[in-house]
Amino acid sequence: MRLENRESLAKKREDAKAAMKQPKHRILVCAGTGCLAGGSAKIYDRFVELAAKEDGVEVAFGDEAHQGIHTGVKRSGCHGFCEMGPLVRIEPSNYLYIKVKEDDCDEIFEESIYNDRPVERLLYESEGVKYETQEKIPFYAKQTRLVLKNCGHIDAENIDEYLAVGGYRALEKVLFDMTPQEVIDEILESNLRGRGGGGFQTGYKWKQVARQKETERYVVCNGDEGDPGAFMDRSVMEGDPHKMLEGMMIAGYAVGAAEGYIYVRAEYPLAINRLKLAIAQANEAGLLGENILGTGFHFQIHINRGAGAFVCGEGSALTASIEGERGMPRTKPPRTVEQGLFGKPTVLNNVETYANVPMIINEGAAWYHTIGTEGSPGTKAFALTGSVKNTGLIEVPMGTNLRDIVYDIGGGVKNDVPFKAVQIGGPSGGCLVTRDLDVKLDFDSLKKLGAMIGSGGLVVMDENTCMVEVARFFMNFTQNESCGKCVPCREGTKRMLEILEDIVAGKGTEESLTMLEELGEAITNTALCGLGKSAALPVLSTLRNFREEYLEHVVEKRCKTGNCQALQNYKILPEVCKGCSKCARNCPVNAISGKIKEPFVIDQAVCIKCGTCLENCPFGAIVKES
Amino acid sequence: MDYITIDSKKVPIEGEKNVLSLIRKAGIDLPTFCYHSELSIYGACRMCVVEDERGKIFASCSEQPRPGMVIYTNTKRIQKYRKLIMELLLASHCRDCTVCHKNGMCELQSLAYKVGVHDVRFPNTREERPIDMSSPSIVLDPNKCILCGDCVRTCDEIQGVGAINFAFRGSKTQVMPAFDKKISETECVGCGQCAAVCPTAAISIRSNVSVVWDAIEDKNIRVVAQVAPAVRIAVGDHFQIPKGENSFAKLVEALRIMGFDQIYDTNFAADLTVMEESAEFAARLEKGEKLPLFTSCCPGWVKYCENKYPEFAENISTCRSPQGMFSAVIKEYYKESDEKEGKKTVVVSIMPCTAKKGEILRKDNFTDGRQDTDYVLTTTEVIRMIKQMGIQFDKISGESADMPFALASGGGAIFGTTGGVTEAVLRRLSPNKDYQTLRDISFTGVRGEEGIKETVVDYQGREVKIAVVNGLANAGKLLDRIKAGEVTYDFVEVMACKRGCIMGGGQPGPAGPRTKQRRMEGIYKVDKSSNIKSSDENPAVVALYQDFLKGKEHRLLHRNLK
Repeated sequence: MRLENRESLAKKREDAKAAMKQPKHRILVCAGTGCLAGGSAKIYDRFVELAAKEDGVEVAFGDEAHQGIHTGVKRSGCHGFCEMGPLVRIEPSNYLYIKVKEDDCDEIFEESIYNDRPVERLLYESEGVKYETQEKIPFYAKQTRLVLKNCGHIDAENIDEYLAVGGYRALEKVLFDMTPQEVIDEILESNLRGRGGGGFQTGYKWKQVARQKETERYVVCNGDEGDPGAFMDRSVMEGDPHKMLEGMMIAGYAVGAAEGYIYVRAEYPLAINRLKLAIAQANEAGLLGENILGTGFHFQIHINRGAGAFVCGEGSALTASIEGERGMPRTKPPRTVEQGLFGKPTVLNNVETYANVPMIINEGAAWYHTIGTEGSPGTKAFALTGSVKNTGLIEVPMGTNLRDIVYDIGGGVKNDVPFKAVQIGGPSGGCLVTRDLDVKLDFDSLKKLGAMIGSGGLVVMDENTCMVEVARFFMNFTQNESCGKCVPCREGTKRMLEILEDIVAGKGTEESLTMLEELGEAITNTALCGLGKSAALPVLSTLRNFREEYLEHVVEKRCKTGNCQALQNYKILPEVCKGCSKCARNCPVNAISGKIKEPFVIDQAVCIKCGTCLENCPFGAIVKES
Repeated sequence: MDYITIDSKKVPIEGEKNVLSLIRKAGIDLPTFCYHSELSIYGACRMCVVEDERGKIFASCSEQPRPGMVIYTNTKRIQKYRKLIMELLLASHCRDCTVCHKNGMCELQSLAYKVGVHDVRFPNTREERPIDMSSPSIVLDPNKCILCGDCVRTCDEIQGVGAINFAFRGSKTQVMPAFDKKISETECVGCGQCAAVCPTAAISIRSNVSVVWDAIEDKNIRVVAQVAPAVRIAVGDHFQIPKGENSFAKLVEALRIMGFDQIYDTNFAADLTVMEESAEFAARLEKGEKLPLFTSCCPGWVKYCENKYPEFAENISTCRSPQGMFSAVIKEYYKESDEKEGKKTVVVSIMPCTAKKGEILRKDNFTDGRQDTDYVLTTTEVIRMIKQMGIQFDKISGESADMPFALASGGGAIFGTTGGVTEAVLRRLSPNKDYQTLRDISFTGVRGEEGIKETVVDYQGREVKIAVVNGLANAGKLLDRIKAGEVTYDFVEVMACKRGCIMGGGQPGPAGPRTKQRRMEGIYKVDKSSNIKSSDENPAVVALYQDFLKGKEHRLLHRNLK
């Protein structure tokens, strides 16, 4: 049923609120990609069975299903605590169960639904403390979840739940109470900065699009989250798709656009399905389409799936890809705000940026400035991964320091190995080291450190990580993902990769490091697009922070972390060796020789460091040295 | 007036769209691979980077000039980056310079020298990629490609064909047809404009030089050459002869020295084409059918029309091109002598055009099932042969071509540039051939380098609507308009290459705006110096029709369409 006016929207919201309150208990099964992979679909099915059996009512989705039952089972979006998945949350008690298996469902149902008691063994425990409710768990307690507020708490496949928690209030407000100029002014005032990497002022972009002569304009959402280890945007699209759609609609109203495009990677099938569903539901409700809520505002949103090219996250490559062209960045000017999609003025923001918009409209720019720092207000979502105890999706105010993120929210480095560095901003970013732990993370402070917030990937690395190998990994990624257009990026990254491959293979020299710097500097200064200009940053930043580690690789031919296979030496301890010859018999290249019952020796020049000897030695006489 | 400062020199901004144009105006020849004034800005080669007074580095080709800008084109940093970029290009490029047929004409070579790269510090890790020899017109050698994209944009933007584009990512990027097809399996029309803009030998002309040398060497073969209108004003380009100067006589002498047995002028055959096409046009006008009549002398255009607009194929004139008519006539002319002398006649046509190499293989251009033109040599190949022989082209004095096919009208001569065919047909159809009438015809708007020219002339009391098009993308635009019913024409001349044959894919390069201008002037100069202006006044043509051609017109001069 299409909502024709403001009153019918208000009524629908009230109905939705009532329906959401109706079940006495809600079981929220995380249906984010991580938990789904952990088997949460089966857990969900089991709960549906249990709920249906007890109440004698079939449990399904949609309005009718809420009527007359006492237990609602929901497929929620990502809770963020992916390390501990699959996650199940019980409301209203707010118990959060971790690492739930299908077999646990009956017990959870019995204890938490009927007896209102927690299942102790499934609660999160840290340093001897068991945490009953989600809100008390340090991982959540230290966060400020605004953008991710609804993720994990509402049914991502039901527009009513979004309406019930206040969704589309901002759209309603702009359509009925604000002029497009007022909307732009509010966003400008809030100093919302693009969450996709550059940190460009969102309001300024909107303002520029709004003042173009051409009246056909577009709103584009960049959901092509390609950084290895980043999944913030995916979680928003999967867990709270309407929030992002609402942000796009508000942008459309502000700049006078009638059509929006979401460019999302095809590798995110769940996000695509949820977005499709959300768009269909919004259309059905009359929140998208012609004459929205009777105001005369038209807006439609299309989904374009990207074929997995990293470079399509760059604005002009992204619009080219939507147009059906090869995704290659073009020279600017003209900028996207002047001639973007189909050559028309285009607002291009990423998922998280749009998801910030409704709350700014609802709460006001002044409120927004109370969160975060002066120059970077608001929060930022990060994908916390790597060698950290609590990996997952987090959201903190801008300006939070790295120490709080790694040690308080992340629970510290895994296995309590000393911290070494954090790679921030993926292949376009740089590394932050121990001395940067107390730096406030925001757009400007990171730029000073030669890193960037990027889209928000945070990969924690411990003492056992080889930084040369890390640089090689990112350079390999960048070279494979270079669009191949400009010479510095296409050819320069190829040569940098070759040099890094040489270094980890023990074939580097000190000149290799000079050459890396020469190439890195040239690429940074002369590449065509933003991705090219930042392609060398991981190498330059590790070279700056860990030069001695590079020198160990090229001068001493040594990798102390043991990551670089070619720089390992296998050695037979003569005092332990019994001379059984098993190692020699198993060596694939005949590098080991010796007399029976006397210590054997490895010819280092022949050894290919495969480790077979070490695995085969019955006496533990073979050791790996780095 | 607004100024920008380039290397401490003040340069006025006079409508230039980018900083690079201003730098060149200031007399500094900044190196570029991917910048061409007629193509969209691409910004990929990064050779034209400059530095501003704040130390910001940017590509000058894609930067808009702002009043008061201060830029430096040759600081230490810029030199370093430019050199490194060049070194990176060379490192991934095939290193067989000495045996490359672009040797000495290669932009990569000359810019490497200019920029001053004397050492490539990177190992040669390039993987050999297969060469595409499937087209009779061009050869694609990805091993020599520097991915400047000039060919891709030319094919797409100027020619509207889009046969090639980029495939793969990173250092595996390659210019090739989609879906791993061979170039011959695409909609490529063989115009060779890609080869003309290619700075290296990544796309080059499919050479027939060595088979022609073989034919010349063979005593049992009568090697007959025909020389197209646009060859004479470009062949001197590589021999210090002023651009656009008519070197026909020198070329005839050079070909004789090489050992060609007979040398004829294709301008003569252009006169035949005018006769046939005019008659065909008059007949169609009278019947009011298959209008507009499209010209058929450009094989790139014919193929483009067949590929993309097959519904217009029957509007194309049934006339063979001048090359096709001439070869058929020559083969017929020598038929008896060949039999008597036990010889074989081989026709070598010397053309500004790579698509002509494809045209000769078309079955509708065969006579009695026989291929008439044996080989096509482009101007560039003939220049190679002159160099191979060591002929001092600038020193030889020149000779005349052989009779009876050496005499041509000015109408035949102007086939070499856009609008020429139309003008020659109008001369033919005009009952008056006085100076004033011919002058009026030349001012109808058929001349000039615009992409689409339109004019209306009076023919026997009725208005005849004419369009003259050059560049296939423009042809596509025009056909779309005709299809949509927005415009109607009676006669449409199309030349695939911009400015017509003078800028054909087989012409020597590089040719800047001044050379293009000179070539066009050169063609009209040939017309001016000709005593006969209209094809029907060419006595050799008249004689041929009266005697030799009688009853054979259709067999020899028209395409055998079944």
